[in-house]
Order: sequence, then structure tokens, then C-alpha cells
Amino acid sequence: MSYPEKYKYTREHEWVEAAGNIGTVGITDYAQNSLGDIVFVDAPKVGTKVEKGAVFGSVESVKAVSDLYSPVTGTVTEVNEELASSPEKINTDAHGAWIIKVELSDPNELGSLLSAADYAKFIAEETGK
Amino acid sequence: MATSNGFTGNTRKVTAHLTQNEALSFEKSSPGKKAYKLAPLDVPEVDPAALLGEAHRSRNAELPELSEIEIIRHFTRLSTWNYAIDLGMYPLGSCTMKYNPRVNEFVSRLEGIAEAHPYQPESLSQGALEVVKLLQDCLIEITGMDAITLQPAAGAHGEFTGILLARAYHQSKGNPRKTVIIPDSAHGTNPATAATCGYQVVNLKSNAKGGVDVAALAQMVNEDTAAMMLTNPSTIGVFENEIHKIADVLHDKGALLYMDGANMNALVGKTRPGDFGVDVMHLNLHKTFSTPHGGGGPGSGPVACKKILEPFLPTPVVVQGSDGLLHWNYDRPESVGRVRMLYGNFGMFVRALAYTLANGPDGLRQTTEDAVLNANYIRKKLEDLYELPYDTPSMHEVVFSDKRQTKNGVKTGDIAKRLIDYGFHPYTTSFPLIVPGALMIEPTESESREELDLFVDAMRQIAREAEENPELITTAPHSTRISRLDETGAARKPVLRWQGPPENGVELDTAAKEW
Amino acid sequence: MRYLPKSDAERAAMLKEIGFSSIDDLFTAIPEEYRLTRDLKVPRQMGESEIIDYFKAAAAKNANGFASFLGAGAYRHYRPVVIDSLVQRGEFLTSYTPYQAEITQGTLQAIFEFQTMICELTGMDIANASMYDGSTGAAEAVMMAVRITGRDSVLVARSVHPEYREVMHTYAQHQGHDASEVAYGQDGRIDLVALEQAVTEETACVLVQSPNFFGVIEDIRAIAEIAHKKGALLIVSIAEAVSLGIVRPPVEADIVSMEAQSFGVALSYGGPYCGVLAAKEKYLRQMPGRLVGETKDTQGRRGFVLTLSTREQHIRREKATSNICTNQALVALMATIFMTVYGKQGIRDLALQNLAKAKYAADTIGAQGKLLFAQTPRFHEFVLQTDEDPEQLNARLLEKKTIGGLDLRKWYPELGNATLWCATELTTKDQVDAAAGVLAEAPVTAEAR
Repeated sequence: MSYPEKYKYTREHEWVEAAGNIGTVGITDYAQNSLGDIVFVDAPKVGTKVEKGAVFGSVESVKAVSDLYSPVTGTVTEVNEELASSPEKINTDAHGAWIIKVELSDPNELGSLLSAADYAKFIAEETGK
Repeated sequence: MATSNGFTGNTRKVTAHLTQNEALSFEKSSPGKKAYKLAPLDVPEVDPAALLGEAHRSRNAELPELSEIEIIRHFTRLSTWNYAIDLGMYPLGSCTMKYNPRVNEFVSRLEGIAEAHPYQPESLSQGALEVVKLLQDCLIEITGMDAITLQPAAGAHGEFTGILLARAYHQSKGNPRKTVIIPDSAHGTNPATAATCGYQVVNLKSNAKGGVDVAALAQMVNEDTAAMMLTNPSTIGVFENEIHKIADVLHDKGALLYMDGANMNALVGKTRPGDFGVDVMHLNLHKTFSTPHGGGGPGSGPVACKKILEPFLPTPVVVQGSDGLLHWNYDRPESVGRVRMLYGNFGMFVRALAYTLANGPDGLRQTTEDAVLNANYIRKKLEDLYELPYDTPSMHEVVFSDKRQTKNGVKTGDIAKRLIDYGFHPYTTSFPLIVPGALMIEPTESESREELDLFVDAMRQIAREAEENPELITTAPHSTRISRLDETGAARKPVLRWQGPPENGVELDTAAKEW
Repeated sequence: MRYLPKSDAERAAMLKEIGFSSIDDLFTAIPEEYRLTRDLKVPRQMGESEIIDYFKAAAAKNANGFASFLGAGAYRHYRPVVIDSLVQRGEFLTSYTPYQAEITQGTLQAIFEFQTMICELTGMDIANASMYDGSTGAAEAVMMAVRITGRDSVLVARSVHPEYREVMHTYAQHQGHDASEVAYGQDGRIDLVALEQAVTEETACVLVQSPNFFGVIEDIRAIAEIAHKKGALLIVSIAEAVSLGIVRPPVEADIVSMEAQSFGVALSYGGPYCGVLAAKEKYLRQMPGRLVGETKDTQGRRGFVLTLSTREQHIRREKATSNICTNQALVALMATIFMTVYGKQGIRDLALQNLAKAKYAADTIGAQGKLLFAQTPRFHEFVLQTDEDPEQLNARLLEKKTIGGLDLRKWYPELGNATLWCATELTTKDQVDAAAGVLAEAPVTAEAR
């Protein structure tokens, strides 16, 4: 699996794509594969403040729930409404099915996140264990 | 069947059998069918619209209309689709699926017991109060505690009550404290309960033997710790032999030791939690004391405690009056309050007491010994084929892992499903969380050597299938009415009630009906 | 011991086979100082006939053959015989929670039917597979409303069953949501003016019971309007399920918490009973307790399965919607069979009989004192105020093998000498007439002379 170069990644398996001062956030293909069939996405409302490293929502499969950790700090400007009726889009296209868009309060935060190559290496180490 | 060339075991205990189809009761309904007849009215008729005005219901609820034989057939057919203890073994860990004695059902239906109204005068409830008192006394003796409440409706409810007692105790000393320590091997109700009582959960990682890491615990306990919630034997079926150190570490800092009594079937008559330092604990009457599971309840979760917690017990408590009669005492200023209306699941008290009387002290002890013998018998006969994550001695349950089978893609959940084809209910899969791919097996004392041998035989054949024919297992069960169900679809688009007749125009109770 | 399927010879053989010489070898993990070396002090082992004799003797000491006018949250209704015939089948009685759907379709389909019928009766969209009882159900409904709204102020009517209110208080005090009481008015219903004043933007929910503890039916529409205006949820608690046969369902409610004991569950000195929560569809993910959903198997056949388990304790652990695990499945099955036996028309006919009996009782017994809240629509309970002290009144009734209305003084001292009376389809005209006769013989008090 290749991870899009233009994204940044976290060790909790979220990705973020920055365009200007808006960050688009989702979970990686590795994450959706570990979770199994996703049945529900619990996303915050527009206007909610999110903080880097803090929980902003959760993703549910039949047998498990996974907290979502925000890779960036800011305010939620948009929520992907499609996921309410079709949460399976995350399974079929994890890197395309974004969950929230955030107006970044500190774009510099992106610098400390993992690059695609670093994330791929991190995964290799995790699964190699 | 999935593959043709691999080994397929011989399912000695079961064989295929015709079962009846049965639709939903609504789909068999037709207007005008009746299963009831009320006695005629001996008082004047009334006009409900006139009496109730706006509150009068204008449209009846769409309940089914069926005759009595259709109802008998409906539920009888449904019942034949269920596995049950009456059919065979349930090796479910920590559930204690033992025989549900029939005399329990008989005595709970005696008129004076079944029809006793909870608010009838105490002078006319002495029989009920005696049952409560005798059961309380027996449970206090069995647990080695000083006082007890039978009010909680189930184990989780008992946990809630127990932690409330702990909180009230600490509050009375000036500081309710903030945290509850819970091992990572605990049942999910434990942390859920602590949160409901307003405590923060502190997770204690189990040591390399799957037990409590006493040194780590000692580091963790402080003046903010209200209690530790411990299951003993643990959820891997092992007795915490450092239990007194655990109690001491907690008591040193003024914290309490709460014991989840789900695994009491390993202890009754052999040791008593009150003797080894437990301050408060709950029991599950629907586990250790044989009251029936009934498809998911009702249960009963009495909470027993040491004297220091007695003043806080839920109201009311049974007391003997100076008149020699038993009474409910409501005058309890320090009580945590009620955790439910009335007195508890009295019907389950009757059953649990009947079980206790049927056993006596010798029967209770023998029961525990047989439960532990059965679990160890299974352990010995399967340990060459299934991985034992810990070599510590098992009590009434044994936990294996699927480590040796996963290399062929076979997981504990799959083995469990294949066990169904051999005529058994699955064991507990994927719990406790500290054992990845867990197989948690508790046979209870109710299994004969014959049933145990059949179980062992089934598991041994499945182990061979896992080597030579894994797909047979990963696609199991093959012999049930219904195969694996789409749980993802059920969760994505929940359909939680009947929606009405189908649009395809097929009349429901005809040969053209699609099942 | 006759429940243990082993002989001593088999035990010895099994021990030997697994390499142990005595059963004590399997208990060495218990530190010696804690091993019991004596018998437990419980009664000696009894034969089956002795057990039956013991309980028969206990049963004989309870009220037998008394006429009873008790209600107050536990109701005496006729239990069709088919209920016990069916629930005592081993496949229902001794089956486990339906986690393994392929071999528990019987339980699962029955629960699905239960959920459907509860929705139909209450006017809600979704219902769960049962809670412990009406009192804990009410407490869970309040917690649900607090989670949904994110607010922490709760209003509960004083006309809600006193023991329900005690339970809600026990739960609420550790969850940070303070519960305040709203008074009832002269008509026995919640005081709408007081309610309007009490509801704020911080109110998570208003909880009323209907028919309430006094038997009086609340004006649900009006209460809903007041609550919803400020964004609070309306929870309606129903203690007498049979009322739904003839009383309009509380469709304006957001959550309904019901006690289904009246549907074929024996009084059994207070339990086990059968709570259930029902709600509007949008609150689905905050609903505690088990839920059964319809789905298909790999061959496309319809089947049922426990669903949305991620709300529950075994997955969420401390973030669960509730800590509930075991519920009340077998009593819910009794209720399911009851509702199926009576059915669409029968539930109405049954409720109508209850209404008629209670009207006669209220008119006849009520004439011997003052009938409170007389002008307000009620179902099958009423409050009687008497000059005579309730304890004395009831003592005289007991002499005539009648258990009279419940003494309300400990809960509602403001009502003076008040008793709560209930009549169901099992109450006879003769019993009512006899009770009224006893009341008429009340000794004349000193003041009256």
C-alpha cells in the first residue's frame, strides 16, 4: 500500500492534507483495515474546536470502537456528511474519504507530523513485530 | 462443505434434524383471530371516550391477532432454534452455565410466593421475609462477610451498589476520593460501573503471569484511590495467591478491596473472600447459584460487605423486631439510598435458596470441587494442541489462545463457530483482553465425564481440521438453520422493529410466502 | 449430590488420568491460611420433598386468599397459562444471552417481536430488549437525556412513584445532574405553571409518570410543549403497561420508560419485573441496553442479531452508555407472549375492563370518604381521603380478609389520611362492595360526636 505523498501522518493512523490554512483529516488505509467493516463515524459539529493529539470523535466497526485523534489544532469548518449514510466509504477509499476539515490555528504543527515514507516505515515496524 | 480433500471431523454428538420455519407473529396475524376470553363484567360498562376525554386512545396498537394454538406453535418453533443448558454443555468462561434445577421453578410459582404483592402488610409477608433472611444468612456465611443487600438486579447493578458503598464510606471519612483501580483483565462492566459512580478509572496492567502486579499496584495506590475492583479467581481462571498482599497494599492507604464475585464457583465451600481481605463484593445468583439465564436475564446481584460498610447499605434492610417478626427497616440515615424500587428480584432469591438447601454444606463443597476438576480435566486433555498463555494452575476455568491455529488463518472466533457443528455452544471468545485470541472455557460441575470427553474430542478434531482443512472452520457453522449473519449491515442500517407487510404483494400466510 | 453427574469412582479415575492424587491438589493455589477446614454453616442438604415443604410453609405465611386493592407500581393481572408453559421450555429457560446468533434465533426473534410491540404501544420508533425494571429504567432514561442534550439539570414530577424518585436520586447524585421536584396541582397532575417556571435552557429533561402515582393521566401535550420550548427532552415513565390499551400513547415524548410487569409477570414480592426503554429514532446511539436488529445470513435468509453493541459495556468499557449486561430476557418473553395472547383488540378489551372495575370501585369505595382529584381522567387507581386513620382502616379490612389501599402518609403527608386504591379485571363487584361496607362501619371520631 502506498501512502499519498502530499499527506502528513500520525502514529494514531490519521492523515491530514493541508491546502492554505485548511487541513483535511481522515484515517489511513492501515487503520480501516484493522478496524474491519466500519458502521458508524462519530464526528464533531462544525464550529467545534479541536486540539492536536486530543480525541475529536470515533469510528465504530461491529466489534470495536476507535478514538480519532486530531493531527492539528483549529476549528472544524466542514464535516463529510456522506459518511453518515455511507460509512463504508472509509473502507473502500480511506485516503479519499475525509472526515473533517479544520481551519488551522498553527500551520507549523504540520512540520512535526510523519511524512508518507516515515509512516510507511512505522507501519512496517508495527506489523513486523 | 468448503473443501473436499482436507480432514473433516466426525461430529459424534449431533446430527442434522428437520426444524420448522416460523415467521414473525405479525406476519401470521389476521383481524378477528383471538387467543383470549375475559370473564364477563360484573360492574356497569363504561364509555372510555367519555371517561378519558382527550386521553382516550383512538387507534389500537398494531399487535398481532392470533389464536392460542398458533401462539403455542409460534413460540415452540422458535424455542427449537435455541441451544440451551438442557441440551448440552456451554463452556462459556465466567458465565457458570450450570444446571438450572426444576424444583427452583416449582417453588417460585407457589401461590403464596408468586402472588405476594410487595406492599402487602409485613404481618402477611413473614414467609417472604423469612426467605430473604435465610438466603442472606447463607450468603453471608458463604462469603465470609458481615452484612448483605439483595436489592441489586444483576451483577453490574451489584457492582454499581458496591462502589456506591465504597464512596459513601470514604465520604463519611471526609474524602470521597477520585479513582478506582481496575486490572486490564477485568470484565467490561467493571470500568463502566466505576464511571457511572463518578470515579476515574486507572488501568493496572497484568503481570507476565496474567495476575495482579503487586509491586506496580503498590506504586499506583494513593490517598486518591477509593478502591480496587478485582476478580478472584481472575478472568484467566487463576487464584491470586498474593491476595492478602493486595488487600494490605490497599488498606494501608485507606482504600477498599472490591471483589467481582463472578468466579465464586471456584471458591464456595473452599475459601471465603471475607477471610482473605475483601471488603465488599457482589455475587451473581444467575451464575454460582443456579438461577436460570433465560436468554439474558433476569439475574440478581447481591452485595455483601464488612461491618464498616453496613451503615451505607441500600434501604430497606431486614431486621428482627422485638415482636419476633421480621420487618423492613427504612430508618437508615447513612444509606446510599435505593438502587431500585422494592426489595430485589425476589423470584431469584427463592431459586437461589432452593439451590442452597438442595446442596447443603457438603453439596456446595463437592460442587466447587467438581467444577475445578472438570476445568483441569479439559486443560490436561487439550494442552498439547492449544496454546496455554500462562502455566499457572487453573481453577474452574481454563484460558487457551489460538496462537497455534492462526498460522493457518484460523482464529478463536472461527473455532468457536465450528464447535457449533459438533453440538456445543461456543466458549467465550476474545476475552479476557490480555490474552490475544483467547478461548475461555468453563465447563462447570454440571458436566458428566461423557459430555466432557465429547467436548475434548470435538476440540481435538477441530485442531486437526485447523491444520489440514482450515477453510472448513473459517466458514463455519455449516449445520445451523441460519449461517453467519451480516452484522455489519445490521449496524449500518439498523432495523429494530417489524416495518409492516412486504411490498411484493405476497400474502403472508400462504404457500407463496418467502421464508 | 444429585445435581452432580459423577460417581466417586469417576472422580478418582479422572484425577488419576490427569496426574493428581487428590482433589486438594487442585486447590493448592489458595494460601493455606484461607482454606476452609470446616463445613459451611448453612442448613443441611435437603431432599426435594423437603425443599418443597419448606417453601410451602413459607408461602402459607404470606397472604393467601385475601382480596387486594394494592397497586402502586405492581399490578395484579391475570396471567394466561400458556406463558408458563412456554417460558419453562428448557430452550428458553436455560438458554444464554444470544451472542451466538446462529443458535439463538428463537430468543432473538422473540425480542424483535417484543421491541416491535413496545413501539406500537408507546408510539415510539425504537425500543430496547429490556432494562431491570421501571425504576432503574427511569434513571437510565434521565442519564440518556443528559448525554443527548449535554445539559445537567433535571426536573421530576412529585407525582412520579416515590421509589422511582429515590432511585433516580441515587443515580443522579454521582453523575452531576441535580434533580429538582415539580409539585402537582389540585387536579393531581403536574403543576404546569410551576413547570413552566422551572424549565430553563439548562434543563436536560422533564420526567413525568402517566398514569401517575395517584392514577391520574397527565396532559402530555401540554408538558411536551413546555419542555421542548426550552430544548429539554420529555421522558414519560409508565408504571401500568395495560393502560396503553385504552390511554393515548405519549407520542410527544422523546423517551418512554416503561414497567411491563403487568404484561404477564407475577407479582413475586417485588421482582423480577421488566423495564423497557423506547425512544425516537434519532436517539438510537444513546440508548442503553441490548438491541436486536434484522439482517440476512450468507444465503440471504432473514435472521436476527444483537446489534450496535459498541454502545455497550463489553466494548466501550468506561465510555459505555450504561453498565448494564444481564437484562430481563425471560420476563420480557413473558410480556411478549402476553401481548401476543391479548393482541390488538384484547389489550383494549382488557384495559377497558380495568377502567370499568376501577370506576365502580371509585364510585362505591369513594363514597365512603373523599375521592381526590375526582374530575381528572384516571386509569385504574384512585386516592381516597378518610377521617379514619389509614392504619386503623386497613386493620379493620384485614379482619375481613381484605388488603385495602396503600397508606400514602409516609410519602405524601400533605394529603392527610390518604390511601391509594387499585382495581383490575380481577377485582370483583363483591370485593368492592364488601370493602365499602367495612369502610362504612368506621368508628365515629370524638370530633364528630
